[in-house]
Amino acid sequence: MDTSTEITDTPPPAPQPSVEQKRAARGATRPGDRIFLGLSRGSGIFLLVIMAAIAVFLTYRASLAISKDHGNFLTTFDWNTSIQPPSFGIAVLAYGTVISSIIAMVLAVPVAVAIALFLTHYAPRRLRGPIAYVIDLLAAVPSIVYGLWGALILVPHMNGLFGWLNDYLGWTGLFSWDQGAPRSMLTVGILLAIMILPIITNVSREVFRQVPQMHEEAALALGATRWEVIRMAVIPFGRSGVISASMLGLGRALGETMAVATVLSPDFLIHGSLLNPGGGTFAQNIASKFGEADEFGRDALIASGLVLFVITLLVNGAARMIIARRAEYSGANA
Amino acid sequence: MSHAAAVTDQRPSTLRGASLPKWSPWAIAAGSVAVSVGIGLAAGLDSKVQWGLIAGLIFLVATYGIAAGVEGRRQAKDRIATALVWVAFLVAVVPLVSLVWVTVSRGVKVLDIYFLTHSMGIVADSQPGGGIYHAIIGSLEQVGLATIIAAPVGILTAVYLVEYGRGGLSRAITFFVDVMTGVPSIVAGLFILSLMLIFNMEPFGFAGSLALAILMMPVVVRSTEEMLKLVPNELREASLALGVPKWRTILKVVLPTSIGGIVTGVMLAIARIAGETAPVLLLVFGNRFINNNPFEGAQQSLPLYIYQQYANSAGANAAYDRAWAASLTLIAFVMILNLAARAIARWKAPKTGR
Repeated sequence: MDTSTEITDTPPPAPQPSVEQKRAARGATRPGDRIFLGLSRGSGIFLLVIMAAIAVFLTYRASLAISKDHGNFLTTFDWNTSIQPPSFGIAVLAYGTVISSIIAMVLAVPVAVAIALFLTHYAPRRLRGPIAYVIDLLAAVPSIVYGLWGALILVPHMNGLFGWLNDYLGWTGLFSWDQGAPRSMLTVGILLAIMILPIITNVSREVFRQVPQMHEEAALALGATRWEVIRMAVIPFGRSGVISASMLGLGRALGETMAVATVLSPDFLIHGSLLNPGGGTFAQNIASKFGEADEFGRDALIASGLVLFVITLLVNGAARMIIARRAEYSGANA
Repeated sequence: MSHAAAVTDQRPSTLRGASLPKWSPWAIAAGSVAVSVGIGLAAGLDSKVQWGLIAGLIFLVATYGIAAGVEGRRQAKDRIATALVWVAFLVAVVPLVSLVWVTVSRGVKVLDIYFLTHSMGIVADSQPGGGIYHAIIGSLEQVGLATIIAAPVGILTAVYLVEYGRGGLSRAITFFVDVMTGVPSIVAGLFILSLMLIFNMEPFGFAGSLALAILMMPVVVRSTEEMLKLVPNELREASLALGVPKWRTILKVVLPTSIGGIVTGVMLAIARIAGETAPVLLLVFGNRFINNNPFEGAQQSLPLYIYQQYANSAGANAAYDRAWAASLTLIAFVMILNLAARAIARWKAPKTGR
């Protein structure tokens, strides 16, 4: 320490103006510049602070609830926050959230990729613009409207499908049905699939449109059929984009609240069959239990929300990592 | 068309193999529908869905068989892929069209001036009558306040990322903005709720605005960033070369050039948060009466109104009618914002200098 101060003391005051000149060259000395830089950097830091605050405050309130939980927070099949001693756990919610999202992904991703291919390679040229535009608008339809539609229109129409699945696939156990109202995980999964379809389609379409024309023309020139062009040139180029689009859709499916809350008839059991009503998801449980929860009950719901927050953080982080590998063109800072 | 196809069929060249005429998919489709109707009648299947499935299956098998026989296996695969892509598109269209159709056809039943200008103050959920005036007021105030908070922060952050950002801080901000885009709306609601629990506050409209602002910021940052990147560097350099300070360059050259795109992004973000229900449910609580003050007392909002009409009415048709009418209003609001945003984007497209 002492030696370093001695060293900086010894040279003549020559470096001082050169630093000034550097700053002047970057234009950071004018008061207007300093204020503006401070404002914009401050907003950026403000965003980081919000993210940190979300994590900190959720963890704080969650710890208040979990410390008084007499069941195991991870494995209890129950959500009793008003009795003494309280006992609640997220096992059923975690299972329901994962299962409904998996169903949604299995149904939505192939169809969304097919629609994206349809829009970029199959549809008549005149129809492409309008269809893409309509899908854009559908991505903006609020989730509560999907929920209302799901509860009042989709649910009554599921009886036929459920009966058929029970008749032919009931022996698997996964698709057995006790003739209850079809407000089950499968219905939720189908509704979520319909909701995330426009998002996955939009992102995939953007990726497929960026496939270099030369690759496709080269394949065509070698005598490839349209399907072979797609398999050899389009899909390999767009794979990472499709994966990240699917992850974005998955993030939305995991956190969807109102559509699940309106369609599902929840309970706190894990059901072997996807067709029998019951189960629950994190977001749905928060929305349905919130009305009757006291302060402790709200803390418990915050604890389950923290788990959901961490899960979506991981999923979205992974999606962004995949996207980040793709180099981006920028007019500024090029 | 079929005449030309017939001519090429008669003279197969050595470079191109034999190919089916252009009308063949339609012929195969018609044939498979006829066969499936026959099977359906013979076996006594009454579900039309089963008839459709049988027809689709026969179509795929017949297409593959015929194409493989005449054109070869690769062409047959191509035809199957084409058929599957079309089917996927048509299957996806059914629920989406149904959603729009049901909302419009049921929504117009009670949607009139009375519905838009009255609250639910003296109407029970199971009775007909009442309206969404209080919900419209609440939605406009909450979304407006959220925009006032989120738009400046989002735009300034984007300016920092594009014009100043280098090094660790900007990379951290970029990453967390991306992650923040995926934060579920209910988690944003729970965050504000945890603050309200600490300060012992009752639900009020502005609390909802704060949660909506958290959801809106990352969307604004993303879209503004894209727009600022489209501004050509030549414009910045020309301004800086004239001795204009950087902050004036940004305010007078960069932002005006991209203002159309920025406004579009903000409007699309508004459209997104206007439909959020979950945080409003936790923080604003809902109210049957008109409450014009977003800083005190529970308020109503359009998405929350839809949910409560559905959930609290025990299946009364009058409540469902109101829910559909409110849905139609909300969708109309979102669509108008979307269309206006696109119109602005087209009208004020960034001048790329070429």
